[in-house]
Amino acid sequence: MLSTFLAVLRRDLLLAWRGRADVLVTLAFFIIVVCLFPFGVGAEPNQLRAIAPGVLWVAALLACLLSLHRLFAQDYSDGTLEQLLLSSEPAALWVMAKVLAFWLSTGLPVVAVAPAMGLLLDLEQGGLPVLILSLLLGTPILALLGAVGAALTLGLRGGGMLLALLVLPLFVPVLIFGAGAVEAELSGSGAAAHLLLLGGGLAGALALAPVACAAALRISTD
Amino acid sequence: MTNPERGRSLLRFAAPQNFYPLAGRLAPWFAALAVLLTAIGLWIGFFVAPTDATQGQVYRVIFIHVPAAWMSMFIYLVMAFWSAVGLIMNTRLSFVMSQALAPTGAMFCFVALWTGALWGKPTWGAYWVWDARLTSQLLLLFLYFGFIALTRAIEDPRRADRAGAIIALVGAVNVPIIYFSVQWWNTLHQGASVSLTKAPSMATTMLTGMLVMALASWAYTLAVVLWRVRPMILERERHTEWVGAELERAGKLSQTAGGRA
Amino acid sequence: MQQWESWSAFWDMGGAAFFVWGSYGLTFALIALELVLVFQRRKDTTRRLLRWRRAVGKDAGKRNGEGTMPAMESET
Repeated sequence: MLSTFLAVLRRDLLLAWRGRADVLVTLAFFIIVVCLFPFGVGAEPNQLRAIAPGVLWVAALLACLLSLHRLFAQDYSDGTLEQLLLSSEPAALWVMAKVLAFWLSTGLPVVAVAPAMGLLLDLEQGGLPVLILSLLLGTPILALLGAVGAALTLGLRGGGMLLALLVLPLFVPVLIFGAGAVEAELSGSGAAAHLLLLGGGLAGALALAPVACAAALRISTD
Repeated sequence: MTNPERGRSLLRFAAPQNFYPLAGRLAPWFAALAVLLTAIGLWIGFFVAPTDATQGQVYRVIFIHVPAAWMSMFIYLVMAFWSAVGLIMNTRLSFVMSQALAPTGAMFCFVALWTGALWGKPTWGAYWVWDARLTSQLLLLFLYFGFIALTRAIEDPRRADRAGAIIALVGAVNVPIIYFSVQWWNTLHQGASVSLTKAPSMATTMLTGMLVMALASWAYTLAVVLWRVRPMILERERHTEWVGAELERAGKLSQTAGGRA
Repeated sequence: MQQWESWSAFWDMGGAAFFVWGSYGLTFALIALELVLVFQRRKDTTRRLLRWRRAVGKDAGKRNGEGTMPAMESET
């Protein structure tokens, strides 16, 4: 079982590496979205500092959303998905591997550049560790929830907008606790509660989302 | 909506050809009940219930606002219930039922938001405040939109049924989480200036009016959903003999009498 | 009419006429719209299925003629 997991993970990471231009586009999107805000709300440092956690989180969320359609699209069109579904391995397992590979190739780079973007928005340095931690806990939830939406909208016309409509309301709690963690840390009340809730959310999403996603993939490829 | 209380006969009505005429027979009764209850509820609401001491007459919006909000949440739960039944028992009718419920649920959701906004302006001075309940209601509306858009976007009915069921269930699992998180966010961000604890001392007549209106919205939902589900059943079952007979009958009727509603 | 001195007082709603009648007005307008859409759909479906049935012939019960099915309309 573990070997299937690792095989799918390795394969998807390899594919992501070959198509690394896509990953760079996601990263560039994240950076540009963050940079748009000062033009929109003005470059007043106090104001930027106040909105920085929310802006960084919303940008990370959008970057994740825009790359979600890639999660299953290629496997769907070249038939790999059907073969995986026909195999005797539990589908939730390789779904998990695919989501992990997706997160490693799109979520992790975003998390890595987020502190730099935080400095651009004059976020206090004390908030950076919590920012990284909250993104590390939160973006996998986004990927897991988004995978269910991506599976349901597989191969549909206008699937991208539909995917956004389906998953954005589900992303709201993650956004609240993620951006809230940074704000709580900066306001001195401590981010422990937020981070624990994010961790709990991640555990719940890890338990439920792969199963739902596997069921959705079966439905979509039937 | 077949009520689970009707126990023994439920399974018989899970068959579309039995459910279709039943829905047609029941819907007018529920509609009549809805009209009656609405009339009583509005009478109580406007002519019996006293003026609110602090809010004046504006509070009379409550007689649709609260029932609509209840109904929108309840309908989502029923949708999720039928989706689960459909996925577990593989009954086509359950999926059709949950899809027939969605537009009415979204309608009530929008009504709750609209009336909330119109009530908010004179009471809190703003059409919209990011209050926990209003915000959750807004997100619920988005969940309804997602469900409706997904089921409409998929052409193959089999896939549409099941995909819709999955998203309805995922949404239902998330509704409490969304509500909790929004409440959490709300207590952190909102000053005490806007407190939404309405009507601390509600007159019993106000409560009665609200409950009667809630029952009216139940009856309305049952009627309109039963009406909506009928053509959906015809569509799904168009290859069967009984739909053929039903269509021929409807065709003859429309030739002679210009169509019957 | 215990609560109101006159009809004009009733319609005025203590100065909140816009908010109260705006709420009730939109609600009943939406309900009317929903009913119209539901009945329209019913009529459309019956007519479309009848046409489809006549097009594929009386033995439509044999799961044929999928391709001649007119497109699903997308309203309520």
